[in-house]
Amino acid sequence: MLETKANLLRRHIIKMTFTAQSGHPGGSLSYADIITALFFKVLKHRPQEPNWVDRDRFVLSKGHAAPVYYAALAEAGYFPVEDLTSLRRLGSHLQGHPCRKKTPGVEISTGSLGQGLSVANGMALAAKLDRRLSRIYCLMGDGELQEGQNWEAAMLASHYKLDNVTAFVDRNKMQIDGPTEHIMSLEPLVDKWKAFGWNVIEINGHNMRQILEACEKASQVTGKPTMIIAHTIKGKGVSFMEGAVAFHGKAPNADEYRIALKELGESI
Amino acid sequence: MKWVYTSQRKEYANALVEIGKVRTDVVVLDADLSSSTRTVEFAKKFPERFFNVGIAEQNLMGTAAGLAVSGKTVFASTFAVFATGRCWDQIRQSIAYPNLDVKIVATHAGITVGGDGASHQALEDIALMRTLPNMCVLVPADGLEAYKAVKAASEHRGPCYVRLGRADVPMVTSMDSSFTIGQATVLKEGTDVTLVGCGQMVALCMDAAEELHRSGISAEVVNMSTVKPLDEHTLLRSARKTGCMVTAEEHSVKSGMGSAVCSVLAENHPVPVRMVGTPDCFGESGESCELMGRYGLSAEHIVASAEEVIGRKRK
Repeated sequence: MLETKANLLRRHIIKMTFTAQSGHPGGSLSYADIITALFFKVLKHRPQEPNWVDRDRFVLSKGHAAPVYYAALAEAGYFPVEDLTSLRRLGSHLQGHPCRKKTPGVEISTGSLGQGLSVANGMALAAKLDRRLSRIYCLMGDGELQEGQNWEAAMLASHYKLDNVTAFVDRNKMQIDGPTEHIMSLEPLVDKWKAFGWNVIEINGHNMRQILEACEKASQVTGKPTMIIAHTIKGKGVSFMEGAVAFHGKAPNADEYRIALKELGESI
Repeated sequence: MKWVYTSQRKEYANALVEIGKVRTDVVVLDADLSSSTRTVEFAKKFPERFFNVGIAEQNLMGTAAGLAVSGKTVFASTFAVFATGRCWDQIRQSIAYPNLDVKIVATHAGITVGGDGASHQALEDIALMRTLPNMCVLVPADGLEAYKAVKAASEHRGPCYVRLGRADVPMVTSMDSSFTIGQATVLKEGTDVTLVGCGQMVALCMDAAEELHRSGISAEVVNMSTVKPLDEHTLLRSARKTGCMVTAEEHSVKSGMGSAVCSVLAENHPVPVRMVGTPDCFGESGESCELMGRYGLSAEHIVASAEEVIGRKRK
């Protein structure tokens, strides 16, 4: 069951950030369902053969939300699950932000916001040049849409008719300094992407059926890229982290760790 | 010296087309300056492998990274001032950190851009690129060497920055001179002072050497066409022989090729040095040759600097 897998990834996030005593739990929890759908249902990939040329690609543009990405990669079989608690430790292959040179399965290094979609477009152009059927998935934060490069990339994807690109915005409506609409408003977001020539789908980013249906619809569209605006809750699954800006980049303490795991169905 | 002039941009286009014929994995990107950078020649021959990203340098580098990570060797071109400054973070994060095969070939570098003025005169690009891990920095001396540098970059694994000028430049190398990344070449042997140049300043070093010869001074001229990785061996061998050095570059003396040379000398074999380059200031509009004179990029300045370091050596 994908819901069970998503819950497992959420528990990993809590354990990883608690052990590291740093990292970004909030924005990891918010797209746990999306990445579960991608890695365990949607993506054509071979964890035992990470360089399989015909694979689909996943780009995590909001690189700070690495914990759940690593959890998905480990559970998919790219590296041992035991590695997860080495997050952010000296010598670990699990850097604070994704590094292509260190972590098996990571397609591109990210961390400086707003760069993932451009890279995803490059991958999509390459797939078209090589006549591969690979699809490119890019997960973006909503806050990072404030970076101008995204809109350069939005134009390019539509100009070159990159219908092999499916992007998600993890629309949790929060950024470090507060609600996105207070810091630098993004709305009307659907209209913006439509105006840039994209096929736009709005979903509840915690509803597995809606995520899968949107991915399926996106793969049927020809001549334009698809943007799935996924409405999510930052910190989803842990009551005191839900909608709390404080847990954007803060690890749980010992008490919070126990409560969080308990809420996610694991007793310690 | 009577020089034959060559165009680095034309030779870049020639090399690109040659590479494109034999390597179907080579892709070229430009940001609305293809007629100036001359990538348009590749675009005409191989339209399916040329992508214009519009006036969007950050996206230029990001898209290049995505193509490179998918197995392509990517050439990304625009003016040097935009290619390095406008998107330094994209180069750092998306290209240099993952060590991808993106070859940034920037044209219109230096003060000789001329009339466009300071906004368009890249005098900091060598500094910006040489500080990035994994990045290889090539500053060819003339058109022939530009051709060879572009070919070498296409075969090199990892990111490269190739710095080209707008104006035609004196031909100081020949068809059969070798070009290897990381190898400086001694164009003229000498014993009293070493003149280390890169780009079109190599020609002025040769002019200066001729002038010095008339005063009985024997100058060695080194073409430092790879700024990174720097050929420490050739540099130190020359420093040990002549005991003093002048560096010459069409770039700010702050953190350019001269600074790279000074670091190596300071740590291994300190000798008196004078750096010829633009001082710590922005450029301005003017004719190329006028600007070269005003900002001290002349054979006369190299000669005076050589005499000065020779004087210090004797003290």
